[in-house]
Amino acid sequence: MSAKSSERAAFLALRICGCAVAAPILLILGLLIVKGAPALSAEFLLSAPRMGLKEGGIFPAIVGTVILVALAISVALPLGVACAVYLNEYAGDSRLTRLIRLSIVNLAGVPSVVFGLFGLGLFVLFLKFGVSILSGSLTLAFLILPVVITASEEALSSVPKSFSEASLALGATKMQTILRVVLPNALPGMLTGAILGVSRAAGETAPILFTVAAFYLPRLPSSIFDQAMALPYHLYIVSTQVPGASETVKYGTALVLVSLAFGLNLVAIIARNRIRKQRKW
Amino acid sequence: MERNAAIVKKPVGVKRKTARYKEFAWEKSIAVLGSISIVILALIFLFLVKDGIPLFRHVGVAEFLFGDTWRPISEPPVFGILPLIAGSIVVTLAAAAMSVPMGVGCAIYIAEIADPRAKEFLKVVVELIAGIPSVVLGFIGVLTLAPFVQEIFDLPTGLTAFTGAVVLAFMAVPTIATISEDAIYSVPREYREASLAMGATRWQTIYKVIIPASSSGILAASLLGVGRVIGETMVVMMVCGNAPVIPNTIFQPVRTMTATIAAEMGETVHGGDHYMALFAVGLALFAISFAINAAASGAARRRGAGA
Repeated sequence: MSAKSSERAAFLALRICGCAVAAPILLILGLLIVKGAPALSAEFLLSAPRMGLKEGGIFPAIVGTVILVALAISVALPLGVACAVYLNEYAGDSRLTRLIRLSIVNLAGVPSVVFGLFGLGLFVLFLKFGVSILSGSLTLAFLILPVVITASEEALSSVPKSFSEASLALGATKMQTILRVVLPNALPGMLTGAILGVSRAAGETAPILFTVAAFYLPRLPSSIFDQAMALPYHLYIVSTQVPGASETVKYGTALVLVSLAFGLNLVAIIARNRIRKQRKW
Repeated sequence: MERNAAIVKKPVGVKRKTARYKEFAWEKSIAVLGSISIVILALIFLFLVKDGIPLFRHVGVAEFLFGDTWRPISEPPVFGILPLIAGSIVVTLAAAAMSVPMGVGCAIYIAEIADPRAKEFLKVVVELIAGIPSVVLGFIGVLTLAPFVQEIFDLPTGLTAFTGAVVLAFMAVPTIATISEDAIYSVPREYREASLAMGATRWQTIYKVIIPASSSGILAASLLGVGRVIGETMVVMMVCGNAPVIPNTIFQPVRTMTATIAAEMGETVHGGDHYMALFAVGLALFAISFAINAAASGAARRRGAGA
């Protein structure tokens, strides 16, 4: 085979690789939309499940997920930003810094079900928070911390050095420089990281299995020490544990969950690309 | 103007002093918060050890690691995690065999061949795949892929290690593709230009120059993809059929370590042997993820030295 024709064959194979990656996701999205869209009604979104989860809506699960995710990000974002500020502005290349970076990488690699065990051991049993929204959202917060730190660090390091040098030259202290110059300029990038974290937290099932998730709750949770239903767990339950659950309930739940996660992801991707393009420096 | 007035009123030394205290407090608290990830990682390890290790007062370590029977609720219970390890290994190897070529191929296509529009499109696709909740992929796998696999291979059930591996391979592609892509981009332009100038075709340049030059990055990417697959829980729990036995073929139901924890923790008595056994499985998983990360960063570091 000549060099040219083997090149043609190889490129064709690589193109097929690209298609093979793109095709399933398009099929999955198509399937979810075709089968799930008819389920989406105000009643489905705003009422509780009925008939042992076989019929009815998913309102409590939506509310549960929103609460869990909001609490998780409000813990993870300040921690993650502080960590990124330390790594980017204060720490040089010390042994501690290397240890911190190593632990972030490893934290990102810990399986999500192990986070669930950890949440059960620490929050539910040791600190006696019980199976509750508090335990679940703290577990999720720790899970998404590496995502938030990484994105925040990228945002911080994209702020030009000359900005903070100008501020320091004008007599501002380091704290003032960080709070008034560096952070405001890094804000859009950090928010992108926060959105990615939220999207990740919204879709995770394993960490909430033993820390917060409830099979079915007739009423909405009233405090952070209550259990809650959550969308991913609900999808798991109706698709595997409830024989005879209607197709509409299953596909509808899946579509709502995917739209939530995708919607957030898409917002983050678009925002990030826009920030990158806008940068003039 | 008002600010200046305030400064005049206060003695300068006092203001400077409080400013210095503030600065000091700020710096220290940032440093403390900066180390939070070390603390969390240590806490995870500590709690896995605290709730997992006491099991070995009743069960031998060798018996636990190499025992070929997992019957946690029979009387007396048997805690041998070999079937679970076997399940994890079978599923992971099969998934890696599919997703490494796909992911690396996709990365090469994006980095070297695709025109700008196809490139943008594929990059978005890859990020979207990374963003799908795993429980949704499990759901789709159960409803569409499992019946398909059952029919094609004429099996008693479609929920098998193979089915799970296909879904997991798909999930691991984003990790493998994005990191490989970075590795390919970091190959210096001169290498490429030199090869093309010598009369090599683009494909010859890719497989004789670019792939070897980025091989350690591609290795790191593949390892991280494997790490992702081993740690995945929901897909394997829903799609792999949940049978804790050592499989003879890939077309049998299996149960992985992660799925065992997720499926059984709900039924355990907190502090009982079964509970501790599941924490011990978690500890093993934690150790595996640590080892994979170490191997991946080792591979990535070699790139720094080699290129």
